[in-house]
Amino acid sequence: MYDNLQLLFVWAPVINVQIILEGVFVGAIFALVAYGLALVWGVMNVKNLAQGDFVIMGAYLTFTLSKYGLHPIFSLPIVLAIMFGYGWLIYLLIIRRVIDNDMFVSLLATFGLSLVMQQFMNVLYGPEVQIIESNLPVYTMFDDFVTVPMAKIISLILAGTFALIIVIFMKKSRMGQAIRATSQDARAARVLGINTDRVYAFTYALNSAICGVAGVLVSIIWIFQPFYGIQYSLRAFAIVTAAGLGNLPAVIGAGFGLGLIEKYTSMILGTEYEIAAAVVMLLLVLVWRQISLRRSRQVVR
Amino acid sequence: MFKNLKNTISTIVAVCVAGLVSSASAETIVLGSAISLSGNYSTNGLHTQRGYDFAVERINSTGGVNVGGKNYQLEIKYYDDESTPARAAQLVERLIQQDGVQFMLGPYGSGLTKAVAPVSEKFGVPMVEAEGASRSLFTQGYKYLFAVLSTSEQYLAPAIELAAAKAKAAGKDPSSVRVAMAFENDPFSLDVREGVLTAAKKYGMKIVIDDKLPADLSDMSTTLTKAKALKPDVLLVSGHSKGAATAGRQIGEMRIQADIVAITHCEAAKVDEKFPSAADGMLCPTQWVEGSAEKDDIFGNAAKWNDDFKVAYPSYKTVPYQTAQASAAVLVYKVAFEAAGSLDQVKVRDALSAIDIETFYGNIKFSEAGNNIAKPMFMRQISGGTYNAIITADDMVFPRKASY
Repeated sequence: MYDNLQLLFVWAPVINVQIILEGVFVGAIFALVAYGLALVWGVMNVKNLAQGDFVIMGAYLTFTLSKYGLHPIFSLPIVLAIMFGYGWLIYLLIIRRVIDNDMFVSLLATFGLSLVMQQFMNVLYGPEVQIIESNLPVYTMFDDFVTVPMAKIISLILAGTFALIIVIFMKKSRMGQAIRATSQDARAARVLGINTDRVYAFTYALNSAICGVAGVLVSIIWIFQPFYGIQYSLRAFAIVTAAGLGNLPAVIGAGFGLGLIEKYTSMILGTEYEIAAAVVMLLLVLVWRQISLRRSRQVVR
Repeated sequence: MFKNLKNTISTIVAVCVAGLVSSASAETIVLGSAISLSGNYSTNGLHTQRGYDFAVERINSTGGVNVGGKNYQLEIKYYDDESTPARAAQLVERLIQQDGVQFMLGPYGSGLTKAVAPVSEKFGVPMVEAEGASRSLFTQGYKYLFAVLSTSEQYLAPAIELAAAKAKAAGKDPSSVRVAMAFENDPFSLDVREGVLTAAKKYGMKIVIDDKLPADLSDMSTTLTKAKALKPDVLLVSGHSKGAATAGRQIGEMRIQADIVAITHCEAAKVDEKFPSAADGMLCPTQWVEGSAEKDDIFGNAAKWNDDFKVAYPSYKTVPYQTAQASAAVLVYKVAFEAAGSLDQVKVRDALSAIDIETFYGNIKFSEAGNNIAKPMFMRQISGGTYNAIITADDMVFPRKASY
């Protein structure tokens, strides 16, 4: 550990650039997945445990399309459309029936969905580890010391653009306003003539589409396998719990924060502690929040 | 119309009855295996299952197993252990107790084999395994466990030997060689690490990076960033298929230049096909090479097995050794059944421990502890998309020059 700190800050400080870049690239994808989760959680109070499996499904759709010679970047709109439709379908089939029940029913339902999706992908594509070669160049900086694959830059730009589109959509469009209204008070929204069922369906489908986009990005920068969804679910939950619901800047901030914390932990303590960093961050935020709440807590006698 | 329906029904009934009768009349020996068809190890679990299935088909089509003058067909009963040790142990118990399986084939990987070995041992059920190479499997005093493969501390140690030989040839002291390593935190990879550490210690080499990788690995960029800064001479990675795929992708992306790069499970992860430029010059340990000369009556020599397997499963360009050794395990059972002349578990166990045969997979002879001591480990180097066997240090392209 001491060696690693020395390496970071004394011998080769330039590798900080690489670590920060990696953290940002990773964080962008985490933020995207977490934002979708925050949306569904905030609007519908459904904790979607199948979040990561939607991501992996997006990756496998890209994989299928790439077999037909379509470059992953261009398959993005197709994956987005398919995942949107898929999300809508899942809403009609499953989520609609559990949305009015208590929290555990939706947790169980989405957990079941997650298992079914994993096994379905396993049967369809086989359990092999897959990658998609995007054949994009790799840029080098600082005398070949820092390498930045074009694929990661593109994924950062796409994640950013997509997040921006969603923000504008939520602010300006009729549907976006309806979603926000429903999230504030579903009953009042219904009284005012908003078709909340449709809003819920749209929200869930939008989340699915967001995950699909994240899946495309995952497929070009990492490896994937039918059972890798849990990693993304876990991180999305950590980010959303830490950042709070319905707070987009905080979710994005926490996403990048988590990316950086993970990469620095991994650099200093070793790669095996990467996912531990996510959970520890969540724990610290919760403890801190508990302490700060205690100050203002009053006991009714 | 009703007549037609009646006919159809009677035909169906007839077919069913015939099926029942025929399956009852053919004598079969049922082997059981809990295998990883889902979860972390499912890539290699599938390779293993295909190896088992291919061998069973071949043995059945070439006359089956002759035990005491009677012909038997082989059959395997599988359960998916979901890559979880506890589940695997449960399933093996179920195979033995509920399904009445009397002979076991191993699961995939050392961790799972470690979990199931005590179970089959408890019930006195012989288990021939092909995928658990961890040294620690053979120090427990198991009497019913037999492994056709070489133990795992031999996997990457040859890379250290090669580095030492090259250093000596260049007039340098082998202790000047700097080694970076990243191993998954599981019994197999940690065993590989032990072997490397012992070899490196022998030469006094310095270990500059010693990272452990998580089980669900998809990103090892920080480990490689360190490697970039420290410029080691030797880079070693072991983490099953996902480790090989991640390393292949990111070594290329980060343009790591080390004189020797050695990775386990190259073939299983198809590193040579997926990352042709990064894979060039990589060393890959293998339990088996398709060029070896040993042969047997059922499969022929290694090359013949390799060709036949590719015909049966055309999706393979390079067949991973995991598949070959799985076939060898089934073959070992056939030989042991025939030598024992009985299906008594103790007699088969004794026949297994006395086995000393030549197979397409190499020579097989078990030590007292159950590991195969008649077969060496091989090292191969990827060069222009093909795997070249490295027998001496001179066969190796050195230093590895990858053109990114």
